Amino acid sequence: MANVRMHVLVCGGTGCTSSRSLEIVDALRAEIKAQGLAEEVKVVIAGCFGFCEKGPIVKISPDNTFYVQVTPEDAKEIVAEHIVKGRKVSRLLYVDPKTTEHISDSKHMDFYKKQLRIALRNCGFLDPENIGEYIARDGYMALGKALFEMTPKEVVDEVKKSGLRGRGGGGFPTGLKWEIAASYKADQKYVICNADEGDPGAFMDRSVLEGDPHSIIEAMAICGYAIGASKGVVYIRAEYPLAVERLQKAIVAARETGLLGNNILGSDFSFDIDMYYGAGAFVCGEETALIRSLQSERGEPTSKPPFPAESGFWGKPSNVNNVETFANIPVIFLKGAEWFASIGTAKSKGTKVFALAGKVNNVGLVEVPMGTTLREVIFDIGGGIRNGKKFKAAQTGGPSGGCLTEKFLDTPIDYDNLIAAGSMMGSGGMIVLDEDDCMVNVAKFYLGFTVEESCGKCTPCRVGNKRMLEMLEKISEGKATEKDLGRLRELAGIIKDTSLCGLGQTAPNPVLSTLDNFYDEYLAHVRDKRCPAGKCKSLMQYVIDPAKCKGCTMCAKVCPAGAISGKVKEPHVINQDKCVKCGACFATCKFGAISKR
Amino acid sequence: MKGCAVMDKVKSLDDLRKMKAAMQNATELREKGQNIDKLIEVKVSMATCGIAAGARETMAAMMDEATKRGIKNIVFTQSGCMGYCHSEPTVTIVRPGEEPVTFGEVKGKRITEIFDSYILKGELVDGIIPLSSKSIHD
Repeated sequence: MANVRMHVLVCGGTGCTSSRSLEIVDALRAEIKAQGLAEEVKVVIAGCFGFCEKGPIVKISPDNTFYVQVTPEDAKEIVAEHIVKGRKVSRLLYVDPKTTEHISDSKHMDFYKKQLRIALRNCGFLDPENIGEYIARDGYMALGKALFEMTPKEVVDEVKKSGLRGRGGGGFPTGLKWEIAASYKADQKYVICNADEGDPGAFMDRSVLEGDPHSIIEAMAICGYAIGASKGVVYIRAEYPLAVERLQKAIVAARETGLLGNNILGSDFSFDIDMYYGAGAFVCGEETALIRSLQSERGEPTSKPPFPAESGFWGKPSNVNNVETFANIPVIFLKGAEWFASIGTAKSKGTKVFALAGKVNNVGLVEVPMGTTLREVIFDIGGGIRNGKKFKAAQTGGPSGGCLTEKFLDTPIDYDNLIAAGSMMGSGGMIVLDEDDCMVNVAKFYLGFTVEESCGKCTPCRVGNKRMLEMLEKISEGKATEKDLGRLRELAGIIKDTSLCGLGQTAPNPVLSTLDNFYDEYLAHVRDKRCPAGKCKSLMQYVIDPAKCKGCTMCAKVCPAGAISGKVKEPHVINQDKCVKCGACFATCKFGAISKR
Repeated sequence: MKGCAVMDKVKSLDDLRKMKAAMQNATELREKGQNIDKLIEVKVSMATCGIAAGARETMAAMMDEATKRGIKNIVFTQSGCMGYCHSEPTVTIVRPGEEPVTFGEVKGKRITEIFDSYILKGELVDGIIPLSSKSIHD
């Protein structure tokens, strides 16, 4: 083999792929070949780099140049300038918004500075479709260590000692879960990987499966050894085609290499993994509903106990962990439980991946040590609020969580602090809201999601949430009274108390949390029939300021409802009865004479 | 490099270790990139004149030399035109924590010389281009 002197890593995650990153790969390869450098320079399709805001990302090693928002048309210049002549293409470098300086090494970008990547350690570094690259980076060594240097009990103890807690949302101690599953005797046990990521906005599990599928396979095998299971099952959303494809290829490669199958690495331990596809029902992220779905039954939760650890898949002891939880496992064995436990807060160890979205400058996947504050995540890593607007709240925990307001900006993020603040960790979706977001609307969005996703088994969840949604609609239409706010709260309590599974028990949380933190905003809707953020259409009016209106007639021309009248060169007026609030006039007026009220 | 398609089976932990060693060069460049401050960085100047003067061959020869000698803590990158057209190919070597040193007319025997003295021992050899300029980064 010739001397490969340079690796060009191109993001092959779902986000960048949809921005033509695979065309960039083709263009780079063609250009490199044309320059006669195919032996010297290797182009690698890597997993997600996390900085989705600036995708597609192209990173060049070993000089660590990080190109952002690259297009296939840029490939020629990158090859001709950087690869042939060693001159960085500065127009493709990241520009620090504060200093306007071009930054070429990602280590110096605010987005990456405060991150610590454990679960995402290999994403954006390895070619996920090449098991050899994973092995080169200590892949399957943790499994080897477990099989040859530790008893199953020691493996469980190591995970317990690490303090790792479930990353799917609940935060149950993983080691304890393994211990319970290990304690039951059975002819067959199962390791189940929950890859049914369903929170709106959360995509860390998808990125791990796309960028580092072997870490999940390895972790599941370690878990199998620990609890005495020879079979693994991945329950994955069929809507994640790229993750499905990469994991499938990885499982086949692991089998061909002998890292799945009988007598792994010559030990007595045998383990193999099957994949099952979910049809994308949110409730199937709940472990008992997931197991029923695996058994080709309706995806409805069952009452616990018995817990899956005692009687799970086909009535056998089963251990269910989520993707991100598994992604942490190999590192715990490579670096030791003590190392892992040294990161984070007293009761939440390690890191957490957040999918940062909403009104924040740097949208993307962010992995930070537990105990990092919301301010650091949103303002340092996230680069603050878009368009210089004011921060209003961060929604965490998806449809089960709540809103964290300004007063929680400096609270260290961990499982317990988030619950104390009236939200929860959830799977790590973090949606940032600004002053233009109406909190009634936000509550309505999440509740609408749970109403759609309720499996219908329990009346409080099936009917109750629907009634709550109707009340919220009434509020946003200005037809509700203060009494309704009391009723809303009462019904929320009943649904929480009487639903069987987590979906129903937590569905009212977005409503309760917004009621607690933004009661004034609710009051404005019901008492003054006003939406302070100007989002609720029924409560909003477009008005023309006669002092600013020049009578240019543009607004009257674009109004589809014929609601605007007035003579040329005289102030116009909007007939509120005819107005459909489409905003066309607002967008057309050149004089800023039309405002929302 | 489609290493995965033709990979042998690993039947023991020892096999796995061997495979890791065999695959090391697949990701080595990227690992090195992450710790570039701790490694000896050899920057070969590769502008048009450098390439015309044989910079590409120099880089290949230096990489071969490093492999032959089994030197691991070294990384090869490239830089643009340094302006030393009279001395191409030029190579700048940065030993960790030390000032960069630029060598001119690096080809043939000079390569082994630079390896013997500067890269291995930190001893200077003839043919250094004194840096009399300052850049805005200084």
